[in-house]
Amino acid sequence: MSALLRFESLSKAWFGVPAVSDLTLEIAEGAALGLIGQNGAGKSTLMNMIGGVVEPTAGRMLWRGEPYAPARPADATAAGIAFIHQELNLFTNLSVAENLYIDGFPTRLGMIDRRAIRARTEEILARLDLAVSPDTIVGELSPGERQLVEIAKALHNEARLVIFDEPTTSLTPRETQRLFDVIGRLKAQGRTIIYISHILSDVARLCDAIAVLRDGLLVDSGPAEAFDVPRMIRSMIGRDLDGLFPPRTAAPGPTPLLEARGLTQPGVLEDVTVTVHAGEVVGLFGLMGAGRTELARILFGLDPVEAGEIRLDGAPLPAGPRGRIARGLAFVTENRREEGLMMEASIMDNLGLVSIRDFGRGPAGLIDRDALAARAEEARRDLSIKAGDIGRQPVKALSGGNQQKVVIGKWLMSAPRVFILDEPTRGVDVGAKFEIYALIDRIAAAGSGILLISSEIEELMGMADRIVVMSRGETTGALARRDFDRERILRMAFRETAA
Amino acid sequence: MSPLGARTLGRSPSEVALDLALRHATYLIFLAVILYFGIQSPAFLAPESLGNVVKQASFIGIAAIGMTFVLLTGGIDLSVGSVMYLAPLIAGFAMEAFGLGVPAGLVVAVCAGAVLGAINALFIVRFDVIPFIVTLATLFLFRGFGTWLTSSRQFDFAPEMRAFGLSSVLGIPTPILVFAVVALAAHVVLSRTPFGRQIYALGNDAEGARKAGVRVGVVKGSVYVVSSASAALAGFVLIAQIGRLDAAFGEGREFDVIAAAVLGGASLFGGVGSAWGAVIGATLIQTVKLGLVFAGVNLYLQPIMQGLIIFVAVLADSLRQRRIAISRRRHIRPSA
Repeated sequence: MSALLRFESLSKAWFGVPAVSDLTLEIAEGAALGLIGQNGAGKSTLMNMIGGVVEPTAGRMLWRGEPYAPARPADATAAGIAFIHQELNLFTNLSVAENLYIDGFPTRLGMIDRRAIRARTEEILARLDLAVSPDTIVGELSPGERQLVEIAKALHNEARLVIFDEPTTSLTPRETQRLFDVIGRLKAQGRTIIYISHILSDVARLCDAIAVLRDGLLVDSGPAEAFDVPRMIRSMIGRDLDGLFPPRTAAPGPTPLLEARGLTQPGVLEDVTVTVHAGEVVGLFGLMGAGRTELARILFGLDPVEAGEIRLDGAPLPAGPRGRIARGLAFVTENRREEGLMMEASIMDNLGLVSIRDFGRGPAGLIDRDALAARAEEARRDLSIKAGDIGRQPVKALSGGNQQKVVIGKWLMSAPRVFILDEPTRGVDVGAKFEIYALIDRIAAAGSGILLISSEIEELMGMADRIVVMSRGETTGALARRDFDRERILRMAFRETAA
Repeated sequence: MSPLGARTLGRSPSEVALDLALRHATYLIFLAVILYFGIQSPAFLAPESLGNVVKQASFIGIAAIGMTFVLLTGGIDLSVGSVMYLAPLIAGFAMEAFGLGVPAGLVVAVCAGAVLGAINALFIVRFDVIPFIVTLATLFLFRGFGTWLTSSRQFDFAPEMRAFGLSSVLGIPTPILVFAVVALAAHVVLSRTPFGRQIYALGNDAEGARKAGVRVGVVKGSVYVVSSASAALAGFVLIAQIGRLDAAFGEGREFDVIAAAVLGGASLFGGVGSAWGAVIGATLIQTVKLGLVFAGVNLYLQPIMQGLIIFVAVLADSLRQRRIAISRRRHIRPSA
């Protein structure tokens, strides 16, 4: 077998931080390669380089022996590479046939040759055993059917390499089985597959070869027979923690602050129970799509929940975020650009956002700018936000780390009881990370509870008193600090019971 | 697993019926309105009065068809009212200066409209300014230019103009004929050509369209040319019926046009709408206007009725959008 795609010393760095480093690997024509690694291991960056979304900083790719440097996604499609993402790229208001042909319709007298596209689509759908009409609007299809339409698109484009990125996340078991049958058929036709998934047993079952990424490096690879699930997990973990985290200064108290019991929302959460005590940092670990953010949103009152109860200080919380903020809940979202900050507004205005009502004066509730400025200045010093004039400088002019401090600061000004921090150090450099960790410790030492959501196992092991692990919307385990063990945590996250 | 089973899984017949009703809210309202006025005053259902409705609807309707192209991409065109004024005015000057006939004048008006639309497109696509702001600016610019050209005086067309406006072909009034031709052409373009389908794709997911290799800039720019050209044609056809052009002609009409398109099912979020819908929307508004006259209702109630109907139709659209959003919410666990 010859190599269909080959990476030679391929590297990509974001502002000096390597995402993929010196990667050399080849995929044989007709083979199925399983690509695994923790979140942030570099899988997505690698895929984006193949797909023409991101340009490598060094190294090169060879496609069928020729140098391959896609400048845009269309180049990858033209070369014969197709992506089946978790978030599908289909136009839900167009028909199945139109989705296949959107980049180039056959025409007759300027009009789409509907008979031709219908016939060809029908033929491709038949190959996939998908019993829907080519004229069906995609929006009416189930997630599993949409995925097959995406695969139909790949077949239509004569893709030689089909890349699946977490394809089973939103599928039912039956749909998953059908997908695997289709993947088997693609292999039988001699097409090459890259399969990325957090479900390791699927990877072991579908793939001929396996490659493991960690921190952007290829740390292990070989034929699938040589890989059992424990070896996959062992390869994915491993990194020193010394000096990356400040010491924790206080031990958690015995009083439960936030108690969530039996939270269930069909399709999202199933019987989730979490407790956060005073002064405690509870780490919430899970892989992409485990339901961590969804749990946070439900706790904060942003999303509905069908069953279960949430209490703060022993009393049930009111519905909706407003009442919960008033009771002392704070939520730092994972997406600070879109949800956490007003990028154009000044640092001071952002800091004052949550506690603005405390600064209203007189019957009209006019804002006392001086009091706000004084309090904001205090917060700036407390948080050591590196900025000049906080009344004028817009937040967008700050670095990622300092922006994150502003987000945390705006909540701190309302003195919350429980902090929910969703990926607070994402996109933040190492130095600022340490400052954010120190801040977390201080908040806990002052007696507030913290629910720290993170995809980085090391971060949670460094900061949390207890780690709760989620997988597919359920809690699959919890460990106290003395029992922290990477392999155990990952196993819970992967739901692998093998010893 | 049957695909049909997957689609109807977990949906009761009443839910399916509600979805259907929401999707076709305008048609239901239309039916109700015609029935109501028909019962109130049977003369309303006579061919002449219904023909009159369509004839009067043609003005807003033609522009609404063009507007639908813009709305489909998720954009908006506020300048159509001013284009209705300026483009026929330019045509009038050209007819006067070069002694052009009415058909040639019509071509000049449409071309002038296309050029004005290209100005909108230039700023929206090239300079990446949001459509609302660009077309708000050109709303004032285009009318201001016309006012400057005429010193705000009325412009009188040659008598042939009026003859053209009141003419008919095979018993069908010319405005209705133009309306029908535009609607048919727009329908074919939107539903049968690559350009049309790419407009829908762009409105559904602009980033996805770019990734799929659609020339997003070209498609996005073209819809403003179509919209302005349609507005110019609409203006010319109505002016042809009047024979003169006042400085205030078309003022505020952008809202009637947008309302008609939205009433016809076009979504302001893009991706949803049709040429046929715009025809229905414009005709519905005109039906209500004329129906109220027939029913002898106080004329001043008319704007209230129009507002209420638009409100109900838009409410239905937003309810439908919400139901779609809920059904698309990301599921982590397979909900069996």
